[in-house]
Amino acid sequence: MSESPSFDEMYDAQGKVRDHYACFAEWMHDTRDARIAQKRKQAEISFHRVGITFAVYGEESGGERLIPFDIAPRIIPAGEWKVLEAGLIQRVRALNMFLHDIYHERRILEYGVIPESMVLRNAQYRPQMVGIDLPNEIYAHIAGIDIVRAGEGEYYVLEDNLRVPSGVSYMLENRKMMMRLFPELFAAQAVAPVEHYPALLLETLQSVGPDGLDAPVVAVMTPGSYNSAYFEHAFLAQQMGVELVEGPDLFVRDQTVYMRTTRGPRRVHVIYRRIDDDFLDPNVFRADSVLGVPGLFSAVAAGRVTLANTFGTGVADDKSIYPYVPEMIRFYLSEDPILLNVPTYRLRMEDDRRYVLEHLDELVVKEAQGAGGYGMLIGPTASKSEIEAFRQQILAEPERYIAQPTLSLSTCPTFVESGVAPRHVDLRPYVLSGSETMVVPGGLTRVALREGSLVVNSSQGGGTKDTWVLES
Amino acid sequence: MLCRTASDLYWLSRDVERAENIARLVDLTQRISLLPERLDPGKSSTTAWSRGLDALGQLEAYNERYDQIQVDQVLNWLILNPDNPSSIRNCLFMGRELGRAQRGAITAEMYQELNTSWLELEEAVDGATSSDEVTRFLEWVKTRSAAFRGVTIGTMGRDEGYHFLALGTAVERADNTVRLLDIKYAQAEESDGNSRDFIQYYQWSAMLQAMSAFETYRKTYRDAVNPLHVSEMMIFQQDMPHSLAVCTQSLHRILGILADEPRTEAVRQAGALAASLSYGRMQDVVEQGIKVFLDDFMLRLERLTQAIVDQFMTSTDTGSIVGEDAGLQTGTMVS
Repeated sequence: MSESPSFDEMYDAQGKVRDHYACFAEWMHDTRDARIAQKRKQAEISFHRVGITFAVYGEESGGERLIPFDIAPRIIPAGEWKVLEAGLIQRVRALNMFLHDIYHERRILEYGVIPESMVLRNAQYRPQMVGIDLPNEIYAHIAGIDIVRAGEGEYYVLEDNLRVPSGVSYMLENRKMMMRLFPELFAAQAVAPVEHYPALLLETLQSVGPDGLDAPVVAVMTPGSYNSAYFEHAFLAQQMGVELVEGPDLFVRDQTVYMRTTRGPRRVHVIYRRIDDDFLDPNVFRADSVLGVPGLFSAVAAGRVTLANTFGTGVADDKSIYPYVPEMIRFYLSEDPILLNVPTYRLRMEDDRRYVLEHLDELVVKEAQGAGGYGMLIGPTASKSEIEAFRQQILAEPERYIAQPTLSLSTCPTFVESGVAPRHVDLRPYVLSGSETMVVPGGLTRVALREGSLVVNSSQGGGTKDTWVLES
Repeated sequence: MLCRTASDLYWLSRDVERAENIARLVDLTQRISLLPERLDPGKSSTTAWSRGLDALGQLEAYNERYDQIQVDQVLNWLILNPDNPSSIRNCLFMGRELGRAQRGAITAEMYQELNTSWLELEEAVDGATSSDEVTRFLEWVKTRSAAFRGVTIGTMGRDEGYHFLALGTAVERADNTVRLLDIKYAQAEESDGNSRDFIQYYQWSAMLQAMSAFETYRKTYRDAVNPLHVSEMMIFQQDMPHSLAVCTQSLHRILGILADEPRTEAVRQAGALAASLSYGRMQDVVEQGIKVFLDDFMLRLERLTQAIVDQFMTSTDTGSIVGEDAGLQTGTMVS
């Protein structure tokens, strides 16, 4: 347990229920424990039946697990959401402008806002994309921005996910489940709807089709049914009413992408892909990939198909670029950033490195290119020997790491074995960029189910909650 | 619709239908094997089970693994054994896997039915390989299959996917019916004349019951169960869902909807097959020899299914690479 109490979403420091949770608190007080327990059980059975599961790496086919679902919602008051929404839109607009810039004029590098080598030598930078023009100059059509709260009105962006962010199906299914289990809660207060997300996604994708098309043909591209997020790929394709394709279902002829259908080849204009860059086109990227489509890159380059997100967005969500995002916002939009960045130490810089090495037991150290909560050190909970081991790794390759102060993530009441107890949460809203940039009011709230744990990743035992944005 | 989707849906409904048909055949075998041996001297219940295996094309595979016909072993092989690709368990597993792969193309409720079958299997199968519990399990399999069919009819739009599912059901049914008839006629030749009529009566009526066709038979023929009449019904009857006539007519109708061109090879073959059953007569079949007729039908059904696969589920298009990419590709090949 951390010494200083974390900010709790539901109760203030005196243990009084915050206004926006009043309705829920009253319901919890009036509802018998037995009914809640029964509903929790129902939710679990139902998630299993519907098959909202994710495959577990390394288990034989059919090895599936549920992401634990917690029925206590994470509630965001209308006023706070307004700020978050504006901040998210601002941030993602700047990130898309940055991507366009570094693959074209490179003004931001010319002005020295970001060191050139940090961009051009980044492993996620794709030199093949230089000079290629995209519809609406959008690179990351779907962005998942991870946000944590440390105090009253204090939201920080922890990470930008601009490659293939996942989890949006849980936002939708969790809401569906809550409405089914506890309709009375939704009758008692106005919770902003999220159900129209697939419609907005389709609209966004259709707005970035190749020029001159009224109704471009959209497809969702998946690595296949054994991928851990396959449920989500199929879910989104179905909700949008578009084909769910795998690499071998497509072929490229004369820089044009076609699907193999029962009535012969059919052209595809927009591909919402859920496969990493590296595997998308064996002619240009990893030659051993069997998931991709030979020639796909050439079709994108020729403007004959739009890829969402496109190649080379990873350079903008890299942890080494993250510290510069506030600067990007000022540079491209001439605005002050609405959302805060977590203060970040760059270990390749001498002063920062010295400070970090002296304060390893207080900081979180991450690999600049890691993902999924692997390869990180959480100072306050690490043992002496773990800290020493990490110190050696940092000294060997300082440029691989960044460090941040241990944020005391906010907590939210959560049903655990011993009853209801506070557990740490984060928030991932989804930002869509096409002819305009927008956010559905809500997102995926992930919760660290182990007491005191700050790791919310589902691969490491995290669960999810429904996220309510109140309308007033 | 993608070729892959069409193929997956076609096989998905074949798997669901197959599980049900195996259940029906096990049920039939069970009934026959329970006939008192004095009515069928020299034929123990193992004979019934070995015929059952034969009807499913499983006798050879079974004999490769086991020395003798034992009821619980046969039941295990047909119901549970993972090494048998057509065990009920594997059919339910494959149906669910294909459903999962195509969950975007079917309704959520359809997937729920497939998933529920698989999740409940473990519990349902408890004790199912003993002959006193097997009936309960077979009922469960039939109910699961009916639930999926019902939800499909009730929730799925009549789109291409729906038609490919219906196509799979019709093919699998026709295949099953012709196999059942074939096995009955293959064994008729070994008849020894003694008390055969009596045995035949029980065997053929057990078959009608297993096919849920006993009531239809009674209404149509109003006589004691007569092999020729049963065969006529299974082949030509216009209102029997498992008859070859009904199955081939559905095949022809569905393919007509799916194909752009009425003269497509698959449609042509299905039309010819359906016509021969619509306008055929039992007396011609008898003259020709029932066995000959059944062999010919199996061959034509096989040819038709191949034509379906070629027409709708196979794409031979290859990509062509121009310009810069071509160079890159050669580059990778050289290095």
